Amino acid sequence: MKSTTIRRPAAVTGIAIASVALLAGCGTTSAPSGGGESVEELGDYEGSVSILAWPGYVEDGSNDPEVDWVSDFEDDTGCQVTSQTYGTSDEALSLMKSGEYDVVAASGDATLRMIAGGDVAPLNTDLIPNYDGIYDFLKEQSWNSVDGEVYGVPHGYGANLLMYNTDVFSEAPTSWDVVFDDASANAGKITAYDSPIYIADAAMYLMAHEPDLGIENPYALDEDQLAAAVELLKEQRANIGEYWSDYLKSIQSFETGSIVAGTTWQVIKNSVPEGTPVDVTLPEEGVTGWSDNWMVGSDAASPNCAYAWLDYIASPEANAEATEYFGEAPSNDAACEFRSEGQCELYHAGDEDYASQIWYWSTPIAECLDGRTDVECTDYAAWTTAWQEIKG
Amino acid sequence: MSSDASAPPLKRAGVPAPAETPARRLSVLLSRAPRLRLGLLLTAPLFWLGLVYIAALAALLVTAFWTVDSFTGTVSIEWNLDNIVTVLTGAVYQAVTLRTVGVALLVTVIDILIALPIAFYMAKVATPRMQRVLVILVLMPLWASYLVKAYAWRSVLSEGGLVDWLVTPFGGNTPGYGLHATVITLAYLWLPYVIMPIYAGLERVPDSLLEASGDLGAKTWRTLRSVVLPLLWPAIIAGSIFSFSLSLGDYITVNIVGGASQMLGNLVYTNVGAANNLPLAAAIALIPIAIMIVYLGLVRRTGALENL
Repeated sequence: MKSTTIRRPAAVTGIAIASVALLAGCGTTSAPSGGGESVEELGDYEGSVSILAWPGYVEDGSNDPEVDWVSDFEDDTGCQVTSQTYGTSDEALSLMKSGEYDVVAASGDATLRMIAGGDVAPLNTDLIPNYDGIYDFLKEQSWNSVDGEVYGVPHGYGANLLMYNTDVFSEAPTSWDVVFDDASANAGKITAYDSPIYIADAAMYLMAHEPDLGIENPYALDEDQLAAAVELLKEQRANIGEYWSDYLKSIQSFETGSIVAGTTWQVIKNSVPEGTPVDVTLPEEGVTGWSDNWMVGSDAASPNCAYAWLDYIASPEANAEATEYFGEAPSNDAACEFRSEGQCELYHAGDEDYASQIWYWSTPIAECLDGRTDVECTDYAAWTTAWQEIKG
Repeated sequence: MSSDASAPPLKRAGVPAPAETPARRLSVLLSRAPRLRLGLLLTAPLFWLGLVYIAALAALLVTAFWTVDSFTGTVSIEWNLDNIVTVLTGAVYQAVTLRTVGVALLVTVIDILIALPIAFYMAKVATPRMQRVLVILVLMPLWASYLVKAYAWRSVLSEGGLVDWLVTPFGGNTPGYGLHATVITLAYLWLPYVIMPIYAGLERVPDSLLEASGDLGAKTWRTLRSVVLPLLWPAIIAGSIFSFSLSLGDYITVNIVGGASQMLGNLVYTNVGAANNLPLAAAIALIPIAIMIVYLGLVRRTGALENL
């Protein structure tokens, strides 16, 4: 009792100072990119940290008592973790706007938007010792750094593979044409990821099959290229049985046979009950994929605990546990020593050749990501509008 | 109490005058000023309805006239009609509106057709004991969660599900997911809301009227058409308001069993949750509101609103 009465004025003062700082911050930050300066040094832990992440990234044993890497962190640092999960990158973006989260795990299709919106702060990687162990090919990419400033610590990466029903396809399909040009063979039983970012999958297919369009990067589409991708997706729409964004729905559809081909994640393949006739493949056109990053909110109330979390989750042990549970390749070179037998080979961890076949999700912006300067590219807003038109 | 308060404070033997406490002064004041009393009584509900309910809704709808920076997702307060124009002229929005109204009408018609015989049996044929049992049976699905029921229909309609198993011997196939699955599921979900008002309406039709009609030589159908239906019409409309408006705003069912199709609710949902475009979502949300205003305006002439 005594401690609470003493603590309360301190807490109120803290909130008052924080809100004044916040208001001052609102008044002064007008720069379009970035959430200010990165911190120079760390102080004492604040005792709590709030995290926004994909399901399966922050497990404290409450979903499955066997799966828990948060308690160790809490015991080590005294930072109590509260976490919130989200279903799509766009949802993460709107939740991050609330400013209530110290840490966010975001995919490449959301990171640039968070950076541009000033929702996340640049990082001082010197304060994150485990950053050194991260694969170099994931660091300082276009989706986690801007103007040489690092905003994200890579967590894990994976591919949007093609899942198919082995009863329907006796041999593994080698091309994405089973969901595009030849989709009518399985009309009504094709699935696609329900997000504007799926337009990139169509663009990647066109990149291989219609070179005249001149697509160099599926996330850098000018008006004509976007129109071609939209056209392809509208044709595909007639054969779609169901769009998915909820991975449980996807599992069920493949399990019952309502869906026989479409994009998937390795984790979905792993979650389909034993005996279901499905398999995954990486078609010749390549795949889209994601590279997720841990970032610190620009209004973080607990920056010290936030940095502690970033360092902890990038450590080989925690990185191994979290990425294996989710079903993706780890970002830390040493993580494979801590993963189960065969779990790194399954996801091609650290295999740069494999990784080079993945077009990682990036936010499409008006300034073409492929370096073209003679045209203006279509931005995410145009993709969102196009996606609604495709679904009709 | 009240006579005590309004009477002049006389000194009576043995009964001391009540102490002049502030509470007493207040109660004296209230009993003498009926308008003030009424005003204070109405303040709380008016506050709730006006400020918490209407103002919150209005505050949300006002954002329809604002814009959002599509890249960073920040809402900026610049008054314009862009969103309204987009929603009114966009082919997507017109197609989705037509689809949504079509689904809502179909669900309403199906529910009324199913509800009429059930309600008639409950109100006019069943014994009082059976009547109570039937009311409980009709209301029972409402005890289960909406999501559970929708997901149950998802597995019932899936390949290898219950429907598939039932119709395969006859050479049929499950309809699978899509608009028909949406109509079936919504019709199931809203059925109790249609049965109950029609049942209540039928209960109010006196049996003597039916007997009189029979005595005058009318057959069953004639009695139903000329006596029961006209009396029942407002109750049917009342039921239709529920099924129609609930279908109009639904997005969860179509998300679960609708396959690749979407309704107005989905557009609102994706614009708020996914596209992070609250102004456009608010503009889309105006469509069902406008449709319901027109519908209620038409319905008001039938006198059905007095029956709700």
